[in-house]
Amino acid sequence: MSVVPTEFPAGRRFGDRIGDRVLYGLTAAAGLGAVALIIGIAYKVFDGSSLAFSKFGFGFIVDEVWNPVKNQFGALDLIWGTAVTSFIAILFAAPLAIGIALYLTELAPRVLRDAIGALVEMLAAIPSVILGLWGILVLGPFMQHDLEPFLKSFLGWLPIFSGDTNANGGKGILTASIILTIMAVPIIASVARELFASVPADLKDGARALGATRWEVVRGVVLHATRPGLAAAVILGLGRALGEAIAVTQVIGSVTQIPNSLFGTGDTLASRIAAQYQGYGSNLQASSLFYLAAILLVFSLVVNFGAQLIVRRFEFQNTGGS
Amino acid sequence: MSGDTILNVAPIEIAQSRERRPVTAARETVFDIRNLSVSYGKTPAVKDVSFEIYRNMVTAIIGPSGCGKSTFIRTLNRMNDLVPSAKVEGDVLYHGQDLYASRVDPVQVRRKIGMVFQRPNPFPKSIFDNVAWGLRVLGMKDNLKDRVQHALEQAALWDDVRHRLKKSALGLSGGQQQRLCIARALAVEPEVLLMDEPASSLDPIATSRIEDLMHTLKRDYTIVIVTHNMQQAARVADLTAFFSLDVLPDGARTGLLVEYDATEKIFTQPSDKRTEDYVTGRFG
Amino acid sequence: MTDVDPRAQQLFLTDGRVRRRRIVNRVMEGLATVASATAVAVLVIVVVSVVRNGWPALNANFFTTSPSFSAFGESQGGILSSIVGSVILVAFATLFAVPVGVLGAIFVSELAPRRLANVVRLALDVINGLPTIVTGIFVFSALVLAQGQSALAGSLALAIIALPLIARSTQEVLRLVPSSYREAGLALGAPRWRTVVGIILPTSLGGILTGTTLAVARVAGETAPLLFTTSLAATTVTWDPTQPVQSMPLTIFQYAEQPDPSFHTKAWATGAVLLFFVLLVSLASKFFLARARRKLSG
Repeated sequence: MSVVPTEFPAGRRFGDRIGDRVLYGLTAAAGLGAVALIIGIAYKVFDGSSLAFSKFGFGFIVDEVWNPVKNQFGALDLIWGTAVTSFIAILFAAPLAIGIALYLTELAPRVLRDAIGALVEMLAAIPSVILGLWGILVLGPFMQHDLEPFLKSFLGWLPIFSGDTNANGGKGILTASIILTIMAVPIIASVARELFASVPADLKDGARALGATRWEVVRGVVLHATRPGLAAAVILGLGRALGEAIAVTQVIGSVTQIPNSLFGTGDTLASRIAAQYQGYGSNLQASSLFYLAAILLVFSLVVNFGAQLIVRRFEFQNTGGS
Repeated sequence: MSGDTILNVAPIEIAQSRERRPVTAARETVFDIRNLSVSYGKTPAVKDVSFEIYRNMVTAIIGPSGCGKSTFIRTLNRMNDLVPSAKVEGDVLYHGQDLYASRVDPVQVRRKIGMVFQRPNPFPKSIFDNVAWGLRVLGMKDNLKDRVQHALEQAALWDDVRHRLKKSALGLSGGQQQRLCIARALAVEPEVLLMDEPASSLDPIATSRIEDLMHTLKRDYTIVIVTHNMQQAARVADLTAFFSLDVLPDGARTGLLVEYDATEKIFTQPSDKRTEDYVTGRFG
Repeated sequence: MTDVDPRAQQLFLTDGRVRRRRIVNRVMEGLATVASATAVAVLVIVVVSVVRNGWPALNANFFTTSPSFSAFGESQGGILSSIVGSVILVAFATLFAVPVGVLGAIFVSELAPRRLANVVRLALDVINGLPTIVTGIFVFSALVLAQGQSALAGSLALAIIALPLIARSTQEVLRLVPSSYREAGLALGAPRWRTVVGIILPTSLGGILTGTTLAVARVAGETAPLLFTTSLAATTVTWDPTQPVQSMPLTIFQYAEQPDPSFHTKAWATGAVLLFFVLLVSLASKFFLARARRKLSG
């Protein structure tokens, strides 16, 4: 190698320059391609919704009618359904996932830790359509015959648990929320686990040496030090729940209305788009589906940037923001 | 368990060192360590250590790295409990009570026997909350402010931080952080303070402040300090235990106690050749 | 040991407060354990449901024939066309996503100026967080509206989903490549591209493999992006990527909606096949990750 350049200096140099250029060009094209892609996606989605936007404007967001026959479309019910299902899912998933992550980092014996950690990761790998199938055929009937009547008999005095439990074969808001919980848990748990593992042993020792119990160490040091990261993890889980189309379509009952209880059916932005893939009656309806996708896109952007912002601030605090 | 024998490592040395022991008033034993061995899995870390630690004195543990100093001091407040493979044999008697007896609660042990670590490890909270945290957890919430102030005064930190108690502890210098950790440990009113190389990450000035502090603190506390710095041991300790490495028949290396005596004796007239080699710099 | 020193007495002190703290600790430990047990139980219940309910349909016929429907609306035949379709979709998606993902990752980690690298990284993060139904809608409007549904359109949508996964794994492993390797290459007078192609890429092969398997496991089960791109397929086996193809996820989705239980059994059985594949590939990904880490860190 040391001989070659002296023999063919010009040739090698030239070839290398070309090589470097080609490498830079190819990688830059790929990298910038990703940027162009996301811009293209945003453009196409907004462009597709322009017809609906020109007809309904921002009123679309607060209108609850979705009537293809009358060519009247609005997203309010769907935004409501998305918000409620995602909120309930996160309400269940966040403590569960944090509990799992704490168990894995602080409690579990080594053997169990690796095994259970791998199983929780597997939970994340289950395709949503399979969870949806399970939701329709196993969870739904269970909800209808067991859980919902049980909840109703104990908590029926609360309006949210007062609905008819037999109307829709177990499909509904609550069932969808549980499926979303199952999806969000492993996502939050895996981030939380990394966060907890990154808490310096020094800090935990310091708390332990004061005579704190394991839980007090966790609450005072582990959770305290990872709060922003945990918030970001929960937001990531929320993003997953907001955008899930398939499994929700399968179990939510796909009825446009704001139900009066969690047992009732509903629909979400993503599941409405998924449910109408077989056809749409008019260009306006198609455009309205794009409008839904645009709202979803904005949600996911907000969630993404929100999570990043929190993590940034966290890093700033930890690297001498004081 | 009286204060008569301070050295029971090897029979031969007992006699010699008894004669050399400085004459002092009756000592009160805090820790009576008997045939203590600690191992991680199959690897021995400390083998067959026996000696006593006395009240209101600074006891230094010195020795080359890997001799099990840190492992040893962590057995005194059961900090090794969370290391699943750690196995403790022998007795650690605290005022006559075995710390490893089944009805002893390790959480209570750590409460009475505080610890300061090698690297300052303040919580990422305010200065005030660093000291108050332990108090709150332990339910010592009466006169919280006074308690915090008192602890900071004891740690000679109050004047440095009195005007910025609400500021993050991470903004303090290394030496201040370590004194904050001492204040944090003192706040919960322990009887013993274990210090595991408390000055090894600090500059000389910060180190000397910590050393001065130990002189004042021993009036109220019993202090055990692990250090690799012999001069430090010579400066602060009343008694010094020298640990060394030993190669077992099966080739494994383990720490053991070579000699325990008044600091002055250890550094001027050690009775063991290995101690002499170490303190004169011929080893490690 | 009848009379314990009062100072030692505190070691087994159990006043109300200590007892309460101990109970709270136990309860919290219990809750964390229960949470983990719940997650494992859900996994077991789902997997067992899938396998048990799909078992009756899982025979040789199921893998070797394509579906046909009797006059009574009963389904006959297996899911060969769906398996073939899924293979085509995933293969093309991988083919599209791997080069772009790897090159993009090299750009971000090795070559791009910091600002630009951050922009690309952000774009990849946003793509990663995109609801997959939106990806589907995008490909629908960009491609399907003009050209009609096809396996290629479907795999393009899947490739968009796979892209950030592959790019991220590659970036992670590139970060692990010791900078001495780069310096060694450059110090020898080797040009940049030789260092990248000859030293850095081979070293990070493990990470690329991890990302690829991860992406395969993920997109093989994706359903939403296929709805608008390749859902109207003939029931026969198609190898032509310009035609819409059947796929396992869509088959499950459609069969699950049918009222006739014979479809449900097939949906479960298809789910079992898909799940087996996905879990197997996930395990492979974990294996590659462990190996890549081991190689680079020790």
